[in-house]
Amino acid sequence: MAAPMLRLCCPGRRWALACIDGCSRHRRGAPNGCTSSRRRGQSSVAQQPFITAQKPRKGEHEWAAVVGLEIHAQISSKSKLFSGSQVHFAAPPNSLVSFFDASLPGTLPVLNRRCVEAAVMTGLALNCRINKKSLFDRKHYFYADLPAGYQITQQRLPIAVNGSLVYSFCAGKNRSQVINKTARVKQIQLEQDSGKSLHDDLRSQTLIDLNRAGVGLLEVVLEPDMSCGEEAATAVRELQLILQALGTSQANMAEGQLRVDANISVHHPGEPLGVRTEVKNLNSARFLAKAIDYEIQRQINELENGGEILNETRSFDSKLGCTIPMRDKEGKQDYRFMPEPNLPPLLLYDTESLPAGADPQQVIDIDRIREQLPELPSVTREKLVQQYGMLPEHSFTLLNEVGLLEFFQNVMKETRAEPKKVTSWVLNTLLGFLKQQNLAVSESPVTPSALAELLNLLDRKAISSSAAKQVFEELWRNEGKTPAQIVSEKKLELMQDQEALEQLCHAVMEGHPQVVMDVKKGNPRAINKLIGLVRKATLSRADPTVIKEILEKKLAS
Amino acid sequence: MLGRTLREVSAALKQGHITPTELCQKCLSIIKKTKFLNAYITVSEEVALKQAEESEKRYKKGHSLGDLDGIPIAVKDNFSTSGIETTCASNMLRGYVPPYNATVVQKLLDQGALLMGKTNLDEFAMGSGSTDGVFGPVKNPWSYSKQYREKRKQKSHCENEDSNWLITGGSSGGSAAAVSAFTCFAALGSDTGGSTRNPAAHCGLVGLKPSYGLVSRHGLIPLVNSMDVPGILTRCVDDAAIVLGVLAGHDPKDSTTIQDPVKPFVLPSLTDVSKLCIGIPKEYLTPELSSEVRSLWSKAANLFESEGAKVIEVSLPHTSYSIVCYHVLCTSEVASNMARFDGLEYGHRCDIDVSTEAMYAATRREGFNDVVRGRILSGNFFLLKENYENYFVKAQKVRRLIANDFVTVFNSGVDVLLTPTTLSEAVPYTEFIKEDNRTRSAQDDIFTQAANMAGLPAVSVPMALSNQGLPIGLQFIGRAFCDQELLTIAKWFEKQVQFPVIQLQELMDDCSSVFENEKLASVSLKQ
Repeated sequence: MAAPMLRLCCPGRRWALACIDGCSRHRRGAPNGCTSSRRRGQSSVAQQPFITAQKPRKGEHEWAAVVGLEIHAQISSKSKLFSGSQVHFAAPPNSLVSFFDASLPGTLPVLNRRCVEAAVMTGLALNCRINKKSLFDRKHYFYADLPAGYQITQQRLPIAVNGSLVYSFCAGKNRSQVINKTARVKQIQLEQDSGKSLHDDLRSQTLIDLNRAGVGLLEVVLEPDMSCGEEAATAVRELQLILQALGTSQANMAEGQLRVDANISVHHPGEPLGVRTEVKNLNSARFLAKAIDYEIQRQINELENGGEILNETRSFDSKLGCTIPMRDKEGKQDYRFMPEPNLPPLLLYDTESLPAGADPQQVIDIDRIREQLPELPSVTREKLVQQYGMLPEHSFTLLNEVGLLEFFQNVMKETRAEPKKVTSWVLNTLLGFLKQQNLAVSESPVTPSALAELLNLLDRKAISSSAAKQVFEELWRNEGKTPAQIVSEKKLELMQDQEALEQLCHAVMEGHPQVVMDVKKGNPRAINKLIGLVRKATLSRADPTVIKEILEKKLAS
Repeated sequence: MLGRTLREVSAALKQGHITPTELCQKCLSIIKKTKFLNAYITVSEEVALKQAEESEKRYKKGHSLGDLDGIPIAVKDNFSTSGIETTCASNMLRGYVPPYNATVVQKLLDQGALLMGKTNLDEFAMGSGSTDGVFGPVKNPWSYSKQYREKRKQKSHCENEDSNWLITGGSSGGSAAAVSAFTCFAALGSDTGGSTRNPAAHCGLVGLKPSYGLVSRHGLIPLVNSMDVPGILTRCVDDAAIVLGVLAGHDPKDSTTIQDPVKPFVLPSLTDVSKLCIGIPKEYLTPELSSEVRSLWSKAANLFESEGAKVIEVSLPHTSYSIVCYHVLCTSEVASNMARFDGLEYGHRCDIDVSTEAMYAATRREGFNDVVRGRILSGNFFLLKENYENYFVKAQKVRRLIANDFVTVFNSGVDVLLTPTTLSEAVPYTEFIKEDNRTRSAQDDIFTQAANMAGLPAVSVPMALSNQGLPIGLQFIGRAFCDQELLTIAKWFEKQVQFPVIQLQELMDDCSSVFENEKLASVSLKQ
């Protein structure tokens, strides 16, 4: 397990890692959330998450929480894992169901090549060892949306093992400090999704939709290397970005393409791990963090009050904000695992082991997939920092919002404005407007070209920055006008006529002798009043620095 | 015409001596007359006649599709047939009409074969007598043969003859009876532990279990996926080879079929066996083996030897563990495979609707017979986490040892193994049901199931009639994917032994004749 840990840090860059919020200590009575009570100067937090520099003093009831994750990512593929049915979100119920998906007797699974490639690619991106031979197993349980009575998965020998997921978050004052953490990836396995049960309580019946049944899933198992909701949510977010960059999963949590189960326990540092509970089916990053932190606190409170933690499965009630035991998962499940007899072992090759004359359609070459790996988010962020001198936290924001990076890059292509200026406009103005109206980047009424043009005007000093804001607001209304049109219609261009400006300045000084006196008496602020008055007279179309220069010259004479 | 082999009748069709429709109608009439045998669960008369009509058109145009065009065949009722009920002889699947054809069925139809119907079996193919299906037991046509009846008369038993009919063996007993009683020229069985070879031996037929992976299982409702193979029942070895030639080959819908292209199976007529080495596994000489079978077995060995073949005793040391190993693996896969029958998507569903769980329980209780439920119960026991290592994993290891036994023997230069197929000839039903299904299956599969464990091709060839006038078959087991070689040797053997044709005069005379025994006909029709 130790070996892959060495490959965690991004080559070429080392974040400052001193003074990391521990995030793994929970004090009695502390509110939910990441409570840092101790600082730790250690980079690979994951390796020894619970060893403290100092032993807790006697009587100090310190708790450490341990969080592991099982993440199910729906593979982005045209057809299902073992059948030819199509994969679509929100298709009419039971319209994408093959005979195999409905488990008609006599049907057999046929492995989808695309799903295997997606698993290999994801494994490579997560620094996993790809198993050249992996096996499929049947996991049995009776449930109405599991037509065969078993799920085909990879329990004994999964396709990828022993990887790592590096995730980072901003912490400290102004959240300007970037902290890198690592969660070990235990394994990645290919498995089938189940169908959906829709419970009609009114008529006390359950309706089954098998459209999802048999869709390929990547189950990514993260070792219990996290210690609070925020860490877990950040790790999941990073995984989501990686999957999206790879194109192996759309990883849209709202559409159920990414679902998370969290294993949570608490214990006193230095003592064995506590009994864990599993919180199932967390389908948003926010709920994930909330559920974990709630569950940690619940366990602490339970133990502090002399209770005990049951090894049980719980679900998160997002309305109540708490976890509750799942009644239908009560009792110990014995899944009666058995090798899937209808699928021969899955064999993968690399350039070395590729059999001579093998049909490329019949074999999968790991090395070829490695060559096709796209740039991963961590590298993209690093490039942004290096190329544009961007603050690391800005690079995170750019990647975290779907489509924002692309928007930024498109603006950059068409503008001469400084990258810092562009970053500020994209992250503050554009993102602010989007958030306010709850829009996705793709829904932005302002196109990258329009913003680029606007920033060019600003860069040329054709307009003032306050005028630019006005233009942006106009653009946002989306009336089909270009920034230049808006500027000329609204007469927002800066006054370039030096003589006219000088006359205006003169007139203002004449009209406000008291202020002029104040300036002359040595009140440095008084000049700002004059600048403001001149700007007002220009209808904000003059550059304040130019006004200031003229005024200073006139006052000095 | 009906007593002919597939190859002979195919030639007759090509030469225009008979039309597909005439042939089909004759077979349909025999099916009706032999209804009492209970060989068929469903007779697909309309489908067959329509297929015959189309075949006839092709023959008229001179565009026949090949050897199987216009040939009546039957299919065991655990192969999916599009639009035709497929029951597995279980209440669970009563009324279930699959929307697709099993690959093997489709291949037969693509060759112009006429599907006469779906044949009877033990429920979900679990059994060795064809006695434990929801549609009742299958009767062995040899019970009514001239050969058997004359022997019985000689012994002048006073028992009620009609109540003393014989079982066919199983679980593909319906297919065996269908071919044996001339209702068709070939039938599909399935073979998991001997289910094709066992009834073939009891009904005087050739029963072929091809190599695992040579023939697609897609559409075969599984018993044990890792051992199931579609089987072929015919009247002679050449016929089996013709059918195998049509069925064999890679199927994209079955990932366990071999990728290599398969050549058509044409069997040369061996004239010289002197280069052959025949292995006689000493472990197969069990005390339960009837003296008659034993003496025929050694007679067969002598036959090879006298013709110059090398006949040697070989050892398959792990044979004795085969039965218990099979039991664990079979029941475990059964438990898993049967999990899908929950009453939701298809098949039987009970009336209880208090909860999904209650519905499952009642559906499965009503849908499965005791044999199936018993196997599900034991299988789930073996798969429990605490038992998995001790039972399932151990059984898999033993299976490997059994397979290795064969590898060792074949590597030592043996071409085929010669063994009995069954312990004795077919027994009367009343005798058979004295033991329960589990005991019977364990006993009757003894010589056949090891080939399934190892995935090897095996064929039962009828050798001679017993003192009672009943057929006895011997089994040849070959190297994996050497099915053609195996059949070539079987064909030579078949030619030497000249096994007699079943004499069912009353049926052979077809429409014109009066039954020899009117009483039999009237009794039978009440079935």
